Amino acid sequence: MSVGLRRVVLWSGVVTLCLWVLVPIYLIALGAFGGRAGVFRWPKSLLPWDATLASMQTFLAVEGVGRAAVNGALVAALTMLLSLALGAPAGYALARYAFRGANLFRLLVILTRAFPLAILALPLTVTFIRVGLYDTPLGVALVHTALALPFAALVSASLFMGIPRELEEAAWVFGCSRLQAFRKVVLPLALPGLAAAAIFAFVISWNEVFAASVLTVRNKTLTAYLLTVLAESPLHYRFAGGFLLILPSIVFIFAVRKYLFAMWGVSNK
Amino acid sequence: MAGIRIDGVEKKFGQATALARIDLDIPDGEFLALLGPSGCGKTTLLRIIAGLETATAGQVFIGDRNVTELQPRQRGIAMVFQNYAVFPHMTVFENVAFGLRMRGAEDAEVKAQVARAAELLHITPYLDRYPAKLSGGQRQRVAVARALAVRPSVLLMDEPLSNLDALLRLEMRTELKAVLAQSGATTIYVTHDQTEAMGLADRIAVMHKGVIEQIDRPQALYERPATRFVGGFLGSPPMNFLDLPVRAGVVELDGFRAAAPGTDRIIAGVRAEDVEIADSGLPFDVRVAEPLGAMLLLSGAVAGQTMRVAARPDMLISAGQRLYLRPDPARIVWIDPATERAVRAAA
Repeated sequence: MSVGLRRVVLWSGVVTLCLWVLVPIYLIALGAFGGRAGVFRWPKSLLPWDATLASMQTFLAVEGVGRAAVNGALVAALTMLLSLALGAPAGYALARYAFRGANLFRLLVILTRAFPLAILALPLTVTFIRVGLYDTPLGVALVHTALALPFAALVSASLFMGIPRELEEAAWVFGCSRLQAFRKVVLPLALPGLAAAAIFAFVISWNEVFAASVLTVRNKTLTAYLLTVLAESPLHYRFAGGFLLILPSIVFIFAVRKYLFAMWGVSNK
Repeated sequence: MAGIRIDGVEKKFGQATALARIDLDIPDGEFLALLGPSGCGKTTLLRIIAGLETATAGQVFIGDRNVTELQPRQRGIAMVFQNYAVFPHMTVFENVAFGLRMRGAEDAEVKAQVARAAELLHITPYLDRYPAKLSGGQRQRVAVARALAVRPSVLLMDEPLSNLDALLRLEMRTELKAVLAQSGATTIYVTHDQTEAMGLADRIAVMHKGVIEQIDRPQALYERPATRFVGGFLGSPPMNFLDLPVRAGVVELDGFRAAAPGTDRIIAGVRAEDVEIADSGLPFDVRVAEPLGAMLLLSGAVAGQTMRVAARPDMLISAGQRLYLRPDPARIVWIDPATERAVRAAA
């Protein structure tokens, strides 16, 4: 294949992927900022020349939206922290230590996803009320952590497996304790992958509706709140709500994007 | 500076014995090669000395200190790994400086020592690059420089050259010898490559199935192997082994006669170059003749047993020919077929 043709194929791939992601987001944004008229106009104008913050403002002014957004972010952040704090050590153990039942453990980790939340909802609600976790961000975050944890553990396991053991051993020989070697050598190399796992946990939590709806009354996450509110709202408000739902994920991914690309080749050969 | 003493070290992985009671004494400043085929336990022994593996039994001393229970970082060692193990997220400078920084060395000293080690290994131009931008040979230099920068009293090397291509390996070997001789560190060098071991080491410990078969100077090992395994492992081509009948202290086969120990049968270990081609002697049927430049390597059979002979390169010999061999009786190594250990010739 000639260099020119290869470049054409590459760039058409890049453009297709970008359009695939950006066009829906753009259309939602148009709906969100186009006002009542913008939503129903056909054909759509490609440029938001009559963009207005009106529907977004009205939407944000709706009682509870701000609070739900804060709640949602809080729950997602808690989920992210908990699933990394619990998942990364589990992944490290799976990657570095040969222990009896490692494969069974791997399977069990996945199996947590096999229980339908709908069946667990009632007992969970009862238990949460009893221990005082019902209607709290921490309670929802715990359930979300259960959902995100298998991915965090398995992703970080394969991550740590990709970091040669000899690097750690070299660190030990040249003066590191186990903890120092982890901090100075393993962690910097695992960071990009851990960031990806963190984003994944965040997004799982942010988008989760069922547990968030069932386990809360007043402290709803944004997703759960919008589900109840938007059903009775005009279309442009729904777009505004939808846009608000997408926003944090985009901002978050943008913020950690540099960790998503390997900054140095982790090759050892 | 420190010698190393290994006292009855054993290692078992479950039921399998990787090392069976190893005793080893390495004086200060010696360069010892652990040589053996893969799976012989040489790397396990090295890792036990480094503290990366724990022995099932036995003790390790470095200098006067019993280090058996100590962490790797407390043992005062430096190590070069088979896959280099340079840190990909640090520049070459930071890699070489790593051990010094961990000791809390002053900035000025770090700079001086890194500069010295980099100079020694010729990597000064690459100090601010990342390892991903270096070739395999350059990364290996970084790994050696990192080890030498801490001025170790004990240096452990685990097949450091095995990932390099043949030409580079030869070049690095020569260079390593000069650099290491200058460092004065007690060095243990694990390899499966006999030319590497012969070329570099003061002494070689040949290992086989978790046991040290023999320790000696390279030339002595080559000339007087203590076991059949050592004779067969060292040298290229390996030593020939002829199973011969003994009668009244004498081995006799066709035109060949020599005094030999043993009563019934004995194995004669004969180096390919210790054989003279003559008019009478052991009948030898040439199957293949390979001109190798420095010698003409003949492969064939004596009394149905495989034999290789190094002939002068200018001799005109072709496959299918029958020759007569006279092994130098003084250089034959007699090996007991039951124990596979060398026995002294009956005086």
